[in-house]
Amino acid sequence: MRVAVFSGKGGTGKTMVSVNLAAVSRSAVYVDCDVEEPNGHLYFKPDGVVRETVTVLVPRADPERCDGCLECVRFCRFHALSYSLDRLMVFDDVCHSCGGCSVVCPREAISEHERGIGTVDTGRSGDVVVHTGTMDIGEAIGLPIIGRLLEKASAEDDDVFIDCPPGSSCMAMESIKDADFCILVSEPTVFGAHNLGMVAELARVFGKPVGAVLNKVIEGEEDPSERFCIENGIPILARIPFDLELGRLCSETTIASWADTGYERMFRDLLERITEAVG
Amino acid sequence: MSARGGQEDNMKIVVPIENETEDSNINPSLGRAPYYLLYDTETEAAEIIANTSKDSPSGAGVAAAQLMIDAGAEVLLTPRCGDRAYAALKGAGIKIMLLPSGTAKSGIAAYLEGGLSELDTVVKGHHGAH
Amino acid sequence: MKRLLILSGKGGTGKTTVAASMIRLAEARACADCDVDAPNLHLVLERGSPETEDYHGLPKAHVDEARCTLCGLCEEMCRFGAISIDGHLTIDARACEGCGLCDHVCPVDAISMLPAVAGDLLLYRDPEKGVFSTAQLRMGNGTTGLLVAEVKRRMEKASRQAPLAVIDGSPGIGCPVIASISGVDMVLVVAEPSVSGISDMERILDTAEKLRAYTVVCVNKADAHPRMTERIRAYCSERDVPYVGEIPYDSEVVRAVNRGMAPVDVECPAGEAIRRVFAETMKILDRSPHAGPGMSR
Repeated sequence: MRVAVFSGKGGTGKTMVSVNLAAVSRSAVYVDCDVEEPNGHLYFKPDGVVRETVTVLVPRADPERCDGCLECVRFCRFHALSYSLDRLMVFDDVCHSCGGCSVVCPREAISEHERGIGTVDTGRSGDVVVHTGTMDIGEAIGLPIIGRLLEKASAEDDDVFIDCPPGSSCMAMESIKDADFCILVSEPTVFGAHNLGMVAELARVFGKPVGAVLNKVIEGEEDPSERFCIENGIPILARIPFDLELGRLCSETTIASWADTGYERMFRDLLERITEAVG
Repeated sequence: MSARGGQEDNMKIVVPIENETEDSNINPSLGRAPYYLLYDTETEAAEIIANTSKDSPSGAGVAAAQLMIDAGAEVLLTPRCGDRAYAALKGAGIKIMLLPSGTAKSGIAAYLEGGLSELDTVVKGHHGAH
Repeated sequence: MKRLLILSGKGGTGKTTVAASMIRLAEARACADCDVDAPNLHLVLERGSPETEDYHGLPKAHVDEARCTLCGLCEEMCRFGAISIDGHLTIDARACEGCGLCDHVCPVDAISMLPAVAGDLLLYRDPEKGVFSTAQLRMGNGTTGLLVAEVKRRMEKASRQAPLAVIDGSPGIGCPVIASISGVDMVLVVAEPSVSGISDMERILDTAEKLRAYTVVCVNKADAHPRMTERIRAYCSERDVPYVGEIPYDSEVVRAVNRGMAPVDVECPAGEAIRRVFAETMKILDRSPHAGPGMSR
């Protein structure tokens, strides 16, 4: 099964949940799609890491063939091209790699070249295969890295746990595409509840079944996220109490389920409930 | 207006403007200015060009640069310039001068009298929609 | 106008809570929430009803089925998987990036690029409290620097006389963060004392440095892990980044926020600490040379 773990809001415990779910599975794959700020690898500390550069295609014009007709400049809706003094200038950072300029060029002067925008690192930690996507600093578009990550994950037979980017933008959307089930992690604040609503909507639009994990729950206190789940018919699969010790373990990027049998049991229970829900 | 002082004769000067009139004030955004004033020092005539890319979600600066390059501008007077437009304009050999405010006409006169200095700070680009 | 931007790199460090507090303490009459994907600041600023405006992103492809001959050329050419053919042609607006190649290659002119609303711009105006500008991206759309720039621009336009603007940024280091940094006088990074928090803080400092933005750092929930807080303090000292203070973990913060208030609105240790961070931040901001609108340092 392929489980996508979302939160909408950052800092709710999405990485803790996705890392520990993978950690208590008999053998699993953990995929970190939060390519702007990947953190899962800090918990797993994988061995034997193999790095792959993710590239996108950008155009270059052959000066011998290019005659400055400006067809490509006029075609490009992202304004990634400009022409002056017998030279085509390409602004790689806004190029969307659509390939259109090379198609419209009447002189076949444009060819496409690969440019690195980030990396996918693959390693192993115990029984877990860890795929980490990282976008290079200064890059604007991280989608192709997520695409490559999910390609690698789809090649695996074992259960896949996808740590998704925060929010519900196109990056989050890309991560949800192949999931069988979505876990929505939230915290008991109005911020958490508000953002929970957004990712619940994303899952609904994509027709993905959902379950919520309420994290940092304080006994006896009002929980706006719990209220949201109840009002919207979202099954609550686990309530993780606010726990200083658990917080400290996560601050040190220790995998709680590997460090303590109590936490191991807690995450195994959650995994069972998810497996039932998917089954 | 007429060419004076230490400036070369016969050049085209372009300025981003607010309104479609020759007396317009300058517009502070190069890529999203609704119009450009193109002044030819040889004929002493001014032409107003509409900026068709001003609402483009990304790359408006680059589009504006191409517009100016195609119009044959040799000097640009502007309060600021984005990094990509700057690269495109410099690539075309266009001189970029800092004109903080006022009308296009007074800016052009100031330039021709040698009263403006080159723009040397660029605005980091927005990366548009995706 | 001086512009202070609050960033974090990692989500959940308390950026919005700190930003709301700064707005309260400074009585800032201009503020903005640039986290257009998941805006939260409005939940703790009471501002009534906003004026709304559509935000249009790139036009997206639409097919006129009456003209379409199902030749499949557009589907072959589309690099974003937005076109599928199954008895009839469907264009997935969410996947469509608006490049226009399908429109260009269609032999029967069945495809056109039409305007698409990508988000909603919101502007709250209060004669006493000032202007608050924010936006909400519609689901599945690309996080865009342009929308962030538009949020800032609307704030500026509506509040020219305000001496200070406080901007709540978004998590991450990508395009919306880059757009929010443009033109600000100072960035305050709210860091968290955890391995992930430190790693993300370093990436956001790298990003700000690349854009030549003046940056200061504070640590939230500092007492949750004193050793890590010390690491952050030492790192800032090495990197020559001013360390403007620490805020303790405080359960009162959750209660305050859930009632729509900032921690500085209630008597609590976090509120006291934020006041000290605010004082230190303002001291440095007042000393910084005014950068001017749109100019990077």
